[in-house]
Amino acid sequence: MSGFFTSSIGRKYAMALSAFFLMFFLIMHVALNAVSLFSEDAFNQASHFMGTNPLIQFLMQPVLMLGVVFHFVMGFILEIKNRSARVVKYAKNNGAANSTWMSRNMIYSGLFILIFLVIHFLDFWIPEINTKYIVGDMSGLHDGSFRYFHELQHKFIPIWRVALYCIGFIFLALHLLHGFDSAFQSLGANNKYTKGLKGFGKAYAILIPLMFIIIALFHHFNH
Amino acid sequence: MNLTLKIWRQKDSKTKGQMVDYKVTDISEHMSFLEMMDVLNEQLVNSGDEPVAFDHDCREGICGMCSMYINGEAHGPDRGITTCQLHMRMFNDGDTITIEPFRAKAFPVIKDLVVDRMSFERIQQAGGYISVNTSGNTQDANALPISKHAADEAMDAAACIGCGACVATCKNSSAMLFVGAKVAQYALLPQGQVEAADRVKNMVAQMDLEGFGNCTNTGACEVECPKGISLENIARMNREFLKASIKG
Ligand code: HEM
Ligand code: SF4
Ligand code: FES
Repeated sequence: MSGFFTSSIGRKYAMALSAFFLMFFLIMHVALNAVSLFSEDAFNQASHFMGTNPLIQFLMQPVLMLGVVFHFVMGFILEIKNRSARVVKYAKNNGAANSTWMSRNMIYSGLFILIFLVIHFLDFWIPEINTKYIVGDMSGLHDGSFRYFHELQHKFIPIWRVALYCIGFIFLALHLLHGFDSAFQSLGANNKYTKGLKGFGKAYAILIPLMFIIIALFHHFNH
Repeated sequence: MNLTLKIWRQKDSKTKGQMVDYKVTDISEHMSFLEMMDVLNEQLVNSGDEPVAFDHDCREGICGMCSMYINGEAHGPDRGITTCQLHMRMFNDGDTITIEPFRAKAFPVIKDLVVDRMSFERIQQAGGYISVNTSGNTQDANALPISKHAADEAMDAAACIGCGACVATCKNSSAMLFVGAKVAQYALLPQGQVEAADRVKNMVAQMDLEGFGNCTNTGACEVECPKGISLENIARMNREFLKASIKG
């Protein structure tokens, strides 16, 4: 395997694998968030479990971090390399004639996702880490009852944050509209199932971000 | 029809080039694009100017030499054709047409619209062949059972004429459609499978060395390829490369 990951194709595999990992994580994340639409109690229970289970906290969480960082750093590296492969640009280039906007602008949709992620971290992750590991309060309680649901509701009161989340997820949808199919192609999976998979990919790329948006709007209007 | 042409002029590989405007008149819609270029060059020669250098050979879509980036697309606006097969009826009277060389770091401009595509040759030399002894004692190909499906797919991949439109079109200047076609063409047949692992590793290594970019699966190459080479060939190359790398 020596030299595999320094080759162009090896990098594609690495990019696709990190993307698959992120796409799988998104399903778990949206499923957990969706619980908050139906039951305050169940959402609290699930959040407390995710927030205190050592396997999730000390294995899955660092792996996820590494996965995200790897994905966007690799994305930037590939983008820089690819730009340098054409020194003189075309005076006239008609990209729309042969490819989708999404496929040509992964770096920009990705950049917006990254900006969203920074804000998302400041909103939820940093306060969690602070409460649990700096203050040292692992109880998940506030005034005698679980704090998670109320914190979530509270975050989605300001309309600016809801708007920001919606925009972030629209860019995620754009990223995934190309990314989902692209990841399969990168792994060499292009066969009789590809056509069907493309339909599924479209559904995934639109429905998952849409679900996040619905959840944010739901809590904005129901607090 | 009367046309305005914006053409990239560059004296040689070391001189900086620029776009220059020309006018051509009375162009027949039945002309091919290269015939229109011939009319322009005759005009330039008659007025004592330097004709526009461009590559061409067969003028029937076989050799792949006629590299031109026309109005922002490799080989112009039509599908499944080379520049020599592009007809002037695709354009309208009064149009302005932008004509540039294929652009990629691995395809340096030699002069005007002529680019050096020897990087493709070097990739081919790295493994795009089978080491078969042709000294009169070759096995009859009919003695080897090959499925119709594999034979068809190999034939489709072998249709690649090495024109470089895939590279020119790709926003990353990636050569993966070309290399994928060459790898797949042999990987599908028993004669090619003997050296499959070395072939894919050596050809990909050479491709990376030449400074082509990395495929991001935009699919633009497949749309602009004059021979309809499919992205399936890139997927096959990726699988072959993984297989070869695991084997060591
Ligand atoms: C953190 C910010 C992000 C940045 C800067 C970013 C950037 C990129 C770039 C530049 C590519 C194209 C690279 C290539 O095709 O070779 C890409 C591909 C991809 N990204 Fe992202 N991305 C980000 C986040 C995400 C997230 C959160 C997901 C999904 C949950 C995701 C899923 C994908 C997928 C599926 C691909 C296609 C992989 C492939 O073609 O093999 N990305 N990303
Ligand atoms: S794959 Fe198509 S576009 Fe690329 S070199 Fe071969 S024939 Fe030309
Ligand atoms: S001149 Fe041979 S393909 Fe156009």
